[in-house]
Amino acid sequence: MTRRIAVLLAVPLLLALLPGEAGAHIVRGEAIGFVSGFEHPISGLDHVIAMVAVGMWGAQLGRPAIWLLPVTFPLMMAVGGFLGLVGVPLPGSEVAIALSGLLLGGAVLLEARPQLLAAAALVGLFGLFHGYAHGAELPPGQNALLYSLGFVLATGLLHATGIAIGLVHRWGWGRYTLRAAGAMVLSGGVYFLWAALA
Amino acid sequence: MRRLRIAALGLPALALLAPGAAEAHLIATGMGPVYDGVTHFALSPEDILPMAALALFAGLKGPVHARAGAAALTAGWFLGGAVAMAGLALPSVVLSAGTAAALMAVGGLLAWNLAVRPRWCAALGAGLGAARGLADMTGVAPSLPHWGVLVGICASVAAAFVLATSLTLPLRRFWMIIAARVAGSWMAALGLLLAGWILRYGAVAR
Repeated sequence: MTRRIAVLLAVPLLLALLPGEAGAHIVRGEAIGFVSGFEHPISGLDHVIAMVAVGMWGAQLGRPAIWLLPVTFPLMMAVGGFLGLVGVPLPGSEVAIALSGLLLGGAVLLEARPQLLAAAALVGLFGLFHGYAHGAELPPGQNALLYSLGFVLATGLLHATGIAIGLVHRWGWGRYTLRAAGAMVLSGGVYFLWAALA
Repeated sequence: MRRLRIAALGLPALALLAPGAAEAHLIATGMGPVYDGVTHFALSPEDILPMAALALFAGLKGPVHARAGAAALTAGWFLGGAVAMAGLALPSVVLSAGTAAALMAVGGLLAWNLAVRPRWCAALGAGLGAARGLADMTGVAPSLPHWGVLVGICASVAAAFVLATSLTLPLRRFWMIIAARVAGSWMAALGLLLAGWILRYGAVAR
């Protein structure tokens, strides 16, 4: 009975997923909706590794960092996005983004356990720069709300991926695996820092 | 029961993926004005997201808050719609800013999980409802079919709010409450991005 009700609820809602419009023109470089917003945070590896590292570090630190860090990052990222959108200058954002991969990867590698406030402040600071870089290059579009929704959801899902990876920390072999993953993020950060400074 | 709850919570969220143009003009379903109103609400993320955030917030606070929020939100929505139909037309940029502010305020409250009295929940619902009702019905002339649209929208709002709060009320496990609060932080972030977008490009979503 329960399954039948679930199916009855699911079918009309799934129908809502059907595209409402079939535009004959493919628009490039515009914020056309949810999918283009969703693609934005995952389009750059420097952003991806840092966001995944936030989740991994949160999982490594345990409660309450496991949820506090992934909440802090999108919120501060939105603040950075706001600053980028309204045109407030924030120099050095590319270097800061590369540093975020380096330091967050290093934190996972070394199993760093700073005070919660310090960890949140560090993550929030990096979130600000990531958001700024995205906000400064956001194109004009048809549906800002759906674009922003996709943008925020993709960020959250990257953190969730990091948390899922970080949960291996509870097993002995997992601790070493997680630290190895941190080393990979750190290596990525070094590469992007080199590229930003070169 | 748990699967049903997950399906009922998850699928409306998935429905937001629908790429239909979410503009404020009314949708003609061919099934009459009430269904036009129901469809308008179902396809308007500007309406659904702040409503869902308030429902989660009120649901986490308890049944008294949920009842107060449901009544005030629906009444406010109807009143806002009626005022718009009476001729009060606000510029699109103001309506867009209202959407951004609503997302920031309600999402922020949900993220912080602040302890508030039921009357504050009602006030928040009334304000949010009035703003969204105004946005939904701006530019619509008063006529019998358009009143039907407003009734359809308000009925959908009430039903969706009651459904969402009834699914949220039993949430007592730690991770479930955290998930609701994370959703609130995402909505606040969404509102902030929208505000930046409005400042840069003008009216974006009303």
